[in-house]
Amino acid sequence: MAAGQLESGATASDRRRKLMDKFMTGVAYFFTFIAIAVLVWVIAYVIVRGISVWSPAFFSENTALFGDGGGIYNAMYGTFVIVLMAIAIGVPMGIMAGIYLAEFGDNRLGDFIRFIADTMAGIPSIAVGLFMYGLLILIMGWNAFAGACALAILMLPVVARTTEGIIRLVPGEIREASLALGLPQWKTMLRVVLPTAAGGIITGAFLAVARAAGETAPLIFTILGSNFFNSNPMEGAMAAVSLYVYQASSSPYQAVQEAGWGAALVLLLFVLGLNFIARAIAFTQKQN
Amino acid sequence: MLSALASRFNLLKQFRQGNFGDAVFKILAYFFGLFLLFITLFIMYQLLFQGIPAIREFGIGFLWSTEFDPVQQQFGALQFIQGTLVTAFISMFLAAPIGIGIAAFLVEIAPERVNRVVGFLVEMLAAIPSVVYGLWGIFVLAPFLRTYVEPWLIPVVGWIPGFEGPFRGYSVFTASLVLTIMILPTVAAISRNVFQAVPRDQREAMLALGSTRWEMFSQAVLPYAKGGVIGALALALGRAAGETMAVTIIIGNARRVFTSVFDQGATIASVIAGNFTDASGGVYISSLFLLGFVLFILTLSINVAARLLIRATSTGPTNPTGGF
Repeated sequence: MAAGQLESGATASDRRRKLMDKFMTGVAYFFTFIAIAVLVWVIAYVIVRGISVWSPAFFSENTALFGDGGGIYNAMYGTFVIVLMAIAIGVPMGIMAGIYLAEFGDNRLGDFIRFIADTMAGIPSIAVGLFMYGLLILIMGWNAFAGACALAILMLPVVARTTEGIIRLVPGEIREASLALGLPQWKTMLRVVLPTAAGGIITGAFLAVARAAGETAPLIFTILGSNFFNSNPMEGAMAAVSLYVYQASSSPYQAVQEAGWGAALVLLLFVLGLNFIARAIAFTQKQN
Repeated sequence: MLSALASRFNLLKQFRQGNFGDAVFKILAYFFGLFLLFITLFIMYQLLFQGIPAIREFGIGFLWSTEFDPVQQQFGALQFIQGTLVTAFISMFLAAPIGIGIAAFLVEIAPERVNRVVGFLVEMLAAIPSVVYGLWGIFVLAPFLRTYVEPWLIPVVGWIPGFEGPFRGYSVFTASLVLTIMILPTVAAISRNVFQAVPRDQREAMLALGSTRWEMFSQAVLPYAKGGVIGALALALGRAAGETMAVTIIIGNARRVFTSVFDQGATIASVIAGNFTDASGGVYISSLFLLGFVLFILTLSINVAARLLIRATSTGPTNPTGGF
């Protein structure tokens, strides 16, 4: 920008000011560089260490926390089932809450709930895990369903707030046209507003799922972790990729730590992949 | 309350008009909206309820007792509150200049295309799961600090109280560094929104007076955005206080008061996660729940304060995830 117009007759103070400007610009560049360097460092390291562990056996064997380590077959199944259930519970509820905020939330109560939703997004996931333990596990024993519920609760505020934002972006004329044709409010929402807003809602849902898929803390209190294959989400301990990474990190066995890197790479690719898909959907929406 | 009554009134009218669809739609929407409120209160209630045996046993003294002895069934929270606050504040103070610097770079310096790419990359920093940071922190960052940073850092700061003693890889300091990385995107993203909300006139007036870009930023943009930036930092503080997995893996989980950041320690979250599977017996489990309640209240109050600050100063949309 227009820095230093006093080129002629520059005094010592001008020079000092310009030097300070250059210095602070350099600082801003440097800090941005640090952030990107750390990002590259983490991702590259996980890729290099993880890839070397990957093998057909790694994806077809069950986890092991001792000796030569094992694969992550049961953990991948667990993550898949838990995340699917969390989506089935959390996304519809979040969308409904978002509809409430957008359609009926322009009052004191709506403002309060909006505020609670924002605050809820900052609640530690471990608190939700403890909550689920007290609510379900003490009664039902370890099960994946409770884990999915915990993840769904974590997804709720994110889905609700993005849905609200997107619905509010739908032009009033579209909605009014539908209402003028005599469609009731719920049909207008279902047939006109939601389809128009679908792209944005899906983006928000993907981001929420990405966040939930990497969560570990709530799973400690609900699925416990297991080295066996358990297909029943309603009963018994289960493994999950994120939980296995945690357990492997505290294992004294070298081979288990190695398997942990392999699992970390799977988790990282899964989560970053979901993020990319969300971006791509948002981007194509913008193009249209 | 008033609005709830009014809506019920509307419902009656809709039913009378035979407009059942809309009435059902409205009831459903209200139900799920109120569910958000309900679940938050229910979580708080459940944590407190399960913590009652511990409250009966230790009373309010739980908060300032440093006892943690599963054998004697004696539990306290003070050393974990210390760990939580120390790690959260160190990481916030480290993330503050870096995050604000990134936001300044994005808003004031970078051209549009660079802005978008860099914004995306910083966002990816937030997408990496906590447990992956933990694994990286303990196997990569901790050895790195021991080999390359300790030799020159210890002679410089080793005499300051709080920085004394031997440098351990698994330490409060390493955990705080990883937390810094994790909360950086929150600080950067919200600060960016706040800077973007500063009116153009503000900047142009300053430039027209012949200021440099730095003078413009420090004297016209920052003062204007101060409240929002402080809100962003408070939000990051809350996130750091509640962060569990990475800290649990790295901090060493020493259940005592620490006198040096290079020593091992524990946070509320890390002691819950680290000891939960060993916890047997009513009072042990109950104490962990009570710790969870303390953490919940702590992060909730920080978050409420942060949201109020951000809401008062930012015109941009504040994303609940703090993302770009």
